[in-house]
Formats: sequence, C-alpha cells, structure tokens
Amino acid sequence: MTNLLRWPWLAFLLSVPVWLDDQYYLHILITTGIFTIAAMSLNLLLGFTGQLSLGHVAFFGIGAYTSALLSLGFDLELAESYTFVVAPKPVWFAFLCGILLAGFFGWVIGKISFKVRGAYFVIVTISFAEVVRLVALNWVDLTEGPMALSAIPPFTLAVPGLWEQTLYRKVPNYYLMLAVAILSYLIVRRLVLSRTGRAMIALRENEPLATSVGIDVTRYLVLAAVVSAAMAGAAGGLYAHYVRIVDPDVFLFIYTVTMVIMVITGGKGTLTGPIVGGLIFGILPVLLRTIAEPEAQWIIYGAIMIVIVYFLPDGIVPAVRAWVEGLQSRRGAAEPTALTGAPAAERKGD
Amino acid sequence: MDQLLQHLLNALILGGTYALLGIGLTLIFGIMRVVNFTHGELYALGAYMVYFFAMVLGVNFFLALVVAVLLGIAVGSLIELVLLRRLRDASIDTTMLVMIGAWIIMQNSEQLAWSGVAKSIVTPFPQAPLVLGPVSVSWTRVFVFVVAALLIVATHLLIQRTRLGKAMRATFQDRDTAALMGVNINAVYTATFALGSGLAAAAGALLGPVFVVTPTMGNLAALKAFAIVILGGLGNIKGATAGGFILAFAEEIGAGYVSSGYRDAMGFLLIIIVLLFRPTGLFARAERVG
Amino acid sequence: MSGEGAAPSTALSIEHITVHFGGLVAVSDMTFTVNEGEVVGLIGPNGAGKTTAFNVITGFLRPTRGEIRYRGRRLNGLRPHEVAEAGLVRTFQKTSVFAVNTVFDNILIGLHRSGRAAVWQTLLGLPSVRAEEQRLRDEARAILDFVGIAQRAGELGGALPYGEQRLLEVAVALAARPSMLLLDEPVSGMNPSETSSFMRLLERIRERDVTVLLVEHDMRMVMGVSDRVVVLNHGRIIAEGSPSQIQGDPKVIRAYLGAGVRRA
Repeated sequence: MTNLLRWPWLAFLLSVPVWLDDQYYLHILITTGIFTIAAMSLNLLLGFTGQLSLGHVAFFGIGAYTSALLSLGFDLELAESYTFVVAPKPVWFAFLCGILLAGFFGWVIGKISFKVRGAYFVIVTISFAEVVRLVALNWVDLTEGPMALSAIPPFTLAVPGLWEQTLYRKVPNYYLMLAVAILSYLIVRRLVLSRTGRAMIALRENEPLATSVGIDVTRYLVLAAVVSAAMAGAAGGLYAHYVRIVDPDVFLFIYTVTMVIMVITGGKGTLTGPIVGGLIFGILPVLLRTIAEPEAQWIIYGAIMIVIVYFLPDGIVPAVRAWVEGLQSRRGAAEPTALTGAPAAERKGD
Repeated sequence: MDQLLQHLLNALILGGTYALLGIGLTLIFGIMRVVNFTHGELYALGAYMVYFFAMVLGVNFFLALVVAVLLGIAVGSLIELVLLRRLRDASIDTTMLVMIGAWIIMQNSEQLAWSGVAKSIVTPFPQAPLVLGPVSVSWTRVFVFVVAALLIVATHLLIQRTRLGKAMRATFQDRDTAALMGVNINAVYTATFALGSGLAAAAGALLGPVFVVTPTMGNLAALKAFAIVILGGLGNIKGATAGGFILAFAEEIGAGYVSSGYRDAMGFLLIIIVLLFRPTGLFARAERVG
Repeated sequence: MSGEGAAPSTALSIEHITVHFGGLVAVSDMTFTVNEGEVVGLIGPNGAGKTTAFNVITGFLRPTRGEIRYRGRRLNGLRPHEVAEAGLVRTFQKTSVFAVNTVFDNILIGLHRSGRAAVWQTLLGLPSVRAEEQRLRDEARAILDFVGIAQRAGELGGALPYGEQRLLEVAVALAARPSMLLLDEPVSGMNPSETSSFMRLLERIRERDVTVLLVEHDMRMVMGVSDRVVVLNHGRIIAEGSPSQIQGDPKVIRAYLGAGVRRA
C-alpha cells in the first residue's frame, strides 16, 4: 500500500515551489525538511538500533560549525609566533568535511555505547552534547562564541567549466534540501532492509540471541552511530549554508528533544515515522504561532509527547497502518504475506 | 595559597548543596530506575518558591525555605502518582520520554509564569562577609552549608534508621522479593520520588539566594546531578555525597585555574572520563542504598 | 555416525573449568570432551552449573580458570559472536526469539553469518547483493521446512505457541551454520508428542554431521538421544558414560534424590 503512495508524494513535494508563493512558508518547509533529515538519522540510531542517544544535536552542530568554519576560513593563534591559518574552502568541500567530522564523532560515541549501557549511556550522550556546546560557546577565538559565525557563504553547485549556480534564493535551497532528504531516506531504507539492517534490529530486540548467531555487537552499534551522525552532520551543513548564521545555541538540548519528539510521535523504527513527525512538529509551530506564545507551544508539545507515549506508544505511522490493515481484513482483502516474507519485511521496515 | 584556600572553601559549601541534589537523584534513579529529567525543574521550583514567598509575598525568609521544600515534596508526589505509576513496568525508554515531556511542561510553565528575567532573593543575613584569616565567606553561604549538612545527615538517618528507609533499601535490592515480604512498593516509590524531589527543591531553595533565579537554572543542575550519581554509583548515598563534593572541587579548581567559562563543563568531562574507565560508576561496588 | 572404524576425534574439550561468582563457586574443575558427530547429554540437579558451563563455553561468561578448546582452537576470552564464527551456536534456557519479527525474518537474522555483502555494496544496491538476498531467502525457506514450521513463516516470532517457539529457536541456531550445537533445555515445557518430534529433529540434525551438546531434565529424552551422558552436581562432574551406565550409577541416583535415601 505504501508503495502506491510514494510517487504521488514525491511529485507533490517537487511541485511545491511552483504554487507556494509565500516565501515565509517556503522557509518553514526548508527548515522543517532539514530537521526531518536529522530526525531520520536519529531514527536509525534510536529507532532501529535501539540506542538511547540523546546527544544527537551535537552531530548536527558539529556538521554546521565545521562546514561554516571551513567555508569562511579561520585562523588560530596556537603559540606566540605561530598562527594556524585555514583559507576559505569551496562550500561543497566544507560540507563534506562537516559530514566526515560528524561521522568521526559518531564513531567515538558508537565505541562508547558498547562499553557504557542503558541509562548511563543516555547521560553520557547528553553530557557530550553539553561539552561540545560549552566549547563552542567559550572557544571564542575559533567559533566567535555567542557572537555567532555569520555571513556564511551559501551553497554553490557547479558542473566544472559548464555551469555554476550559487543558491542565494529560497527555491533552489528547497530543492537542495529535498535532494538530500530523499537521498537520506533511500540510504536509511536500503540499510534497514538489508542484512546489515537486520543485524541492527536484532541487536535492539534481543542482543544475547543476536550475538549467539554471530552478530558483532560493537561493529553494528558503531556502524549505526557513524551513519546516523554523518547524516545529522549533513543536515547541519545544509542548515549552516541556508540560514548562513550559526551560534552555540544550535547545540541546545531542546533541539535534541525536538528530534526525539519527531521520531517518537511519528513512529520509531519505521521509515516514514520521522517524516510524519518532522512535518507535524515543523508545521505545528507555524499554525500555533498566532494563538500561543513559544512557551505555551512547548507545553503543548510536551503534553502531546506524553499522550503519544501513553496511548500510541509505537507512534502514529504504525497506528495508522494497523487501522488500515484492520479495515482491509474486514473487507477480506488480506494479502498472503506468509510465504515469501518480502512484504512482511517491507511492512516492518516501512 | 590563599586563593587555593578560598577555592576549597567555596567548593566545600557548594559541594554540600550539590550533594543534596545528587542524593535526591540517586535515590530516584537507584530505587525506581527512572531517568528523572524533572529533577532540575524541582531544583528551579525550590528557588522560585523562595523568591515568590519571601520577595513577592513578604513571608519570613526561613519560613519561605520550609514552604519551598514542602512544595517540592508535594509536586514530586504528584508527578509520581499521575505520570509514573502507570508506567511501573514499562521500558526505560518510555519513562524517559514521559519525564522529558514533563520537564518541557514544567520549564515552560515557569518561563510563562516568571518571564526570563533573573530574579534575586534578599536574605536576612548581614551583608558583610565572615572573615576567617585568609579566606572570607558570606553569612548566607555559611547558613547554606549548615542547612545542607543537616539535611544530608537527616536523609542518611531516614534511610538507615526508619521503617520507610528499610523499605526503600529492600526495594532497591530486589523489588519483587520486597513486595512478597509485604513492602508496599507503590508507597515506597511515591515516597522516594517525593523525597528526591524535596531534596532537589531544598538545594534550589538554598542556592537561589546565593546565585540568581532563572527559568533555565534547572538544566545545568539536572546534568550536574546526573554527574554526581554516576560518580557515586546508583542508589549509593555516601557515594552521592562524596560525588557532590568532588564535582564542586573540580568546578572550583577548573574555574579558578583553567577558565571560568568551562566551569560547567567540568561535571560533564568527569562523567565521560569516569564512565570510560569504570562503566558502572566510581563507587559502584558499594552499590546499595545507604 | 561419522568416522566409522576411525578413532573419534575431539571436537570440544573442556579442561579444568572453574567459575567463581564473588564468593560462590558455580563450576569447579570441570573436565570433559565431546567428539565429532556425537550427541552428549549434560545432566544434573538444578543449580548444578549446567547453564553456567554453557555460558562459559559460548563466551557469555569468563571462566576463573581452565581452558576451552574447539577443534584445537582456544575459545577462552572470545566474545559470543566470535564463538559463533568458530562454529559453536547455542540456544537459551528461557525461550529466546526475535519477538517482533516474523518467523521468516528470524531465520534471516540467524543466516547473518552466511551473508558477505559489505555496507557500501548494500548502499549501492549492487546486483550481487540482491542475488545474495535471494539466496538467503531460499535458504531460510529450506530451514523452515527442515525444522517443520514453514506454515508459520509470516507470523510474529513472539506470537507462536510455546512448542513452536522452541522449534523456532533451534531453527535460528541452525541458520547460523553450526558445526556444533549447544541446546539448553530444548524440550522443557513440551508435551510428550512435541518431545518425540523434537527427538526426530535431533536425529535429522545428527545426519548433517552436527555435533550436539545438550542440557536437559527430561531423562527419557536425554537417554534416548545421547551417545554419552555427563553428570554435574554442585559444579563438579560426578559421572560420565553411556546412558545405561549412568542410569545405574548410585552416585547419580544419590545426587538426584539426596543423600538421605537408603537402599533397601
């Protein structure tokens, strides 16, 4: 069923800038999309691999700062006579470096997650994000601290020698975001529906059984963490070159919470869950903007999260799917999924 | 040298209140296995209640302190009864998410009620500090230290000498066996959460007059409380007490000799370093309540 | 049985294994071997240390002292997945399946070791990856047929009736291509007809040259399938021999019934 919905959705998303004139709403869609990419990445780690990582915003911010700093160029006075100078790099290069560095920190966290388990791991991840935030805030020489990195150059897409386009305006940025989002979705989907994805899910569901059949826990935890972090770093890079100003507030715990709410509400461990959650919590603030102050909105989100956890613990997407399947089986149209197993796997993953 | 002594003295005083924070959380975390994200908000609540009663309503300062702690106990009980009781056997993710939701609601309510402007609380103590040779300390801080120490001792006595404390220790060791022996687990859980929240509120009430009161003051406090719990080991009160002082010393030394901006990072660095080498916490071998 | 006429070669050798838990001695100076192609039953009263022995062999627990070798290779200190790589796969005493996955996917997960696709190959969606997936799916079908639960393929692992869940456990273990299978109380909780079917399954597994070490309380079953029986009590081996030898051994009878029993 979901296969059928996919193409119309894609066409719809591609068409948006054509009919949506309001620049403000387009801006909201772009930032929502960027956050949704981050939510998809968190879902890989939290939803599919079952790691309670609550420091995810650190990867987002590391991607953003790295890309921004490299594209702006910086100098660091390391000693009395020596200043380390980095000239401004092309944006695409800085962006890739942001992804790599975020991925590296994902590797570190992955390694740690194997040693430190459960609630302790949650605390380590939160602490890690806080340390990174405090470094960004205090290492003013490098990051400008609370004064923020500004005038970050936007993306420049080029086919060498033929064509070059700098993405100043919103519409091209929207398509760039969409491209990265679709790519991220496909990466997660391919990973999750493969043998690798099965190993991650096995670890989440029953670790002792998984190891007893030869699944290397550390390897897959680290893999999930690296891919997840790199993807969040990409989202951060997009953010830096779209909004073009980055300050240490990007590392605030509240943004991790936002991503967590998106994933949990949409449905952790499903492919479309973070997208649904992302859209809801990206668009909800806009709808509530006129009737409630930001604090009141957050109170509503907190209440929503509690209600979802109590009544729809698997999230919206599985609940909707179960409801639709309920309708289908009542009509007697249940498809035989037993023998090949393929639709069942897709059902689980999608 | 004098500077060092001053730092040590500051750390001693700060450590006492940190210990309160940590003991409260280690009880909740240890006995109930709940990642309590509202702990920092109870801390902030304590501070705001002292501000409200003492500064806005003009109530006697000491009375305001008592009221703040009592309110902390009440709110803690409420959270446990309304939110946590249903989740008794749920997974750790589920309770964690509910606690995050509660934390968001509490913090933003505080923001709405009080606005983001920092509030200060005036204490009835003389302004001139007490000078002890090379070091000086304000009377407020002396009072804070004394009260914190008394509360730590009182908590310790409660856990070791009372029936409730015994029930809590039994539940910590083995919940199912304790239930079979007749311990009322529901009551123990509510009491634990209430006690832990009360201690957090007390820490906030005591530190409110020392620093300023802001709606986000709970965030750092919560993270530090977790650092202390990890240092001391789950459910280990002596460990949490020691952890509180260790953290305070690390912060004071760090702030004094490295950089004041990184003061708050000390706690987190400690967490990460400790857990890397001892994934179950520093004092974890003595992992029991008390 | 393999190696007709040839001296039986040692598959698994346990030498002087001792396991201390704090002050408690769970297993003390345990030494025995399992030969290639054999079925060895490990029996003993509750708390004798049987599951501890399994945990030690398969890397879930470190022994305080002693050596474990499989086909000459030292297993001490290996992590569980490395032990599986060496060819030893275990099942668990408490029913252990992937509850939220379908039966079919459970087997696919068990087939993990058989897959070779690297992550980058997976991400690119190369044809070799797709071919491998198809091969794995075919193998999963075959295993489901072999164990006899093919009709349950689309159901969730956790939703199966108890007896079939235990069969699923064995199927998942078999998927990992073990050369030696360690079964921890595989028929506990099964009714007599389920137990008989399981004994027939065990025969089919033997025919595939898989060595088996099993822990069980069901005496009829153990004596019926085992070539040899090893008896543990209080963490020590007290007897070893063929099923008929063990059944008549007074030490064994005393261990099970307690020292207070006097023979008339």
